[in-house]
Amino acid sequence: MQVNNNFEPVIVAFCCNWCSYAGADLSGTNRLNYPTNVKIIRVPCSCRVNPMFILRAFQKGADGVIICGCHPGDCHYTSGNYFTRRRITLLYSMLDFLGIERNRTRLEWVSAAEGAKFAATMQQFTEDVRKLGPNRRLEDLRCRKQ
Amino acid sequence: MQEAMIKRAKELLADGTVTRVIGWKKGEFFYDITPAVFETAEEIDADFVFDDFTSANVSKYLVKESKKEGKILAFLKPCDTYSFNQLIKEHRVVRENVYIIGVPGGPKLDIEKIKAKGITGVLGVKNENFTLKIDTLYGEETMPFYEAICGKCADCKSKKHVIYDELIGEDGDVLDSNRFDMVEKLENMTAQERFDFWREQLSKCIRCNACRNVCPACTCEKCVFDNPNSGVENKAASDSFEENMFHIIRAFHVAGRCTDCGECSRVCPQNIPLHLLNRKFIKDINALYGEYQAGADTTSRAPLNTYDTDDCEPSIVHERGVE
Repeated sequence: MQVNNNFEPVIVAFCCNWCSYAGADLSGTNRLNYPTNVKIIRVPCSCRVNPMFILRAFQKGADGVIICGCHPGDCHYTSGNYFTRRRITLLYSMLDFLGIERNRTRLEWVSAAEGAKFAATMQQFTEDVRKLGPNRRLEDLRCRKQ
Repeated sequence: MQEAMIKRAKELLADGTVTRVIGWKKGEFFYDITPAVFETAEEIDADFVFDDFTSANVSKYLVKESKKEGKILAFLKPCDTYSFNQLIKEHRVVRENVYIIGVPGGPKLDIEKIKAKGITGVLGVKNENFTLKIDTLYGEETMPFYEAICGKCADCKSKKHVIYDELIGEDGDVLDSNRFDMVEKLENMTAQERFDFWREQLSKCIRCNACRNVCPACTCEKCVFDNPNSGVENKAASDSFEENMFHIIRAFHVAGRCTDCGECSRVCPQNIPLHLLNRKFIKDINALYGEYQAGADTTSRAPLNTYDTDDCEPSIVHERGVE
């Protein structure tokens, strides 16, 4: 078996349109670096993220999934991120219960003004997932890239 | 008990209060009990049964039955009344079309546990002072009653009927059960041990969908898993991911609505402890968002339909317990 020493994780970041996506944009315009491992998927609100999206991301080859939304109280739709918070807490707890490494999942609140926080969060999260290695417990063998 | 129920059912049919009765009848063997709808007194006399094996929850059948013409009489055990209440809350049943008679609950017996003792050719079972006298093709056998009760009755949460029009027998109380013990035991394992435990269990899944079909909370007319584009609609799970996906999502879709009736585990032909997934959600909801029992009433808001501005952050999952 070939051992890949240069493991580069695939990180899927679900970013809400109004805060975190703009935060990512700001980190770009500020010329802040964040790893190219991060693939951003823009969603209208963090509560648009169905638990199935997260599982699907792992199935299709993600090694880590992070959800970013407006800070509680700042949701563009008033209360969307409060629902996200309950739902995602329960889902992450369930994934942990099933023995999926808990550091593969994360939720962070990033506002449109926090470009630096976005870059730092992504760097930190990518490092954490890199330490865990490839996602094996929640992968679909049929989707593995050779 | 069975005689009293039959008598009352026939009275209600005769005076026109109801046009149908939902209860249980025997299947191929006396312990193969299946829910059944009766329309005449003769049918009830011939087939109606209520004994130690009538563990099936008939609430879900009322989703369709209560929308037909005429009133239906339903015999509900305490755990079934929670499911029925939850269905009222979700506007899935027409309450006015159902006449509910509360009947005492279990503990009900599980034939598999009797067979596991090596007792085969079972012809009849009698409970005498908590010792089972089992009549078999090969003579009489005995075993302690409590070793044969079905899983959902072993961790019974309540003997109280939360909804009924009349009662036959006594109403009980909400019990102080230790139903979260196994969940807690798993939580205290390491991630690798938990992963191994669930892989062993979930890999047995044959995707028969029995857990989904029996669940009184799973009442969608079109299920996400019936979508051919979902990639998980196959009967045989072809990758371990599909098993995980199906069971996580199945449990998630009933999170906050599951009354913990235990039907999913009871019907599983592979004996997967599916109720543990539901109980994990119930335990988390109780711990993080306050005690909540789905189906205990018809007015409170489900924990996932509401929020609190002071709710904990998901990072709590990363901080507690063993990795």
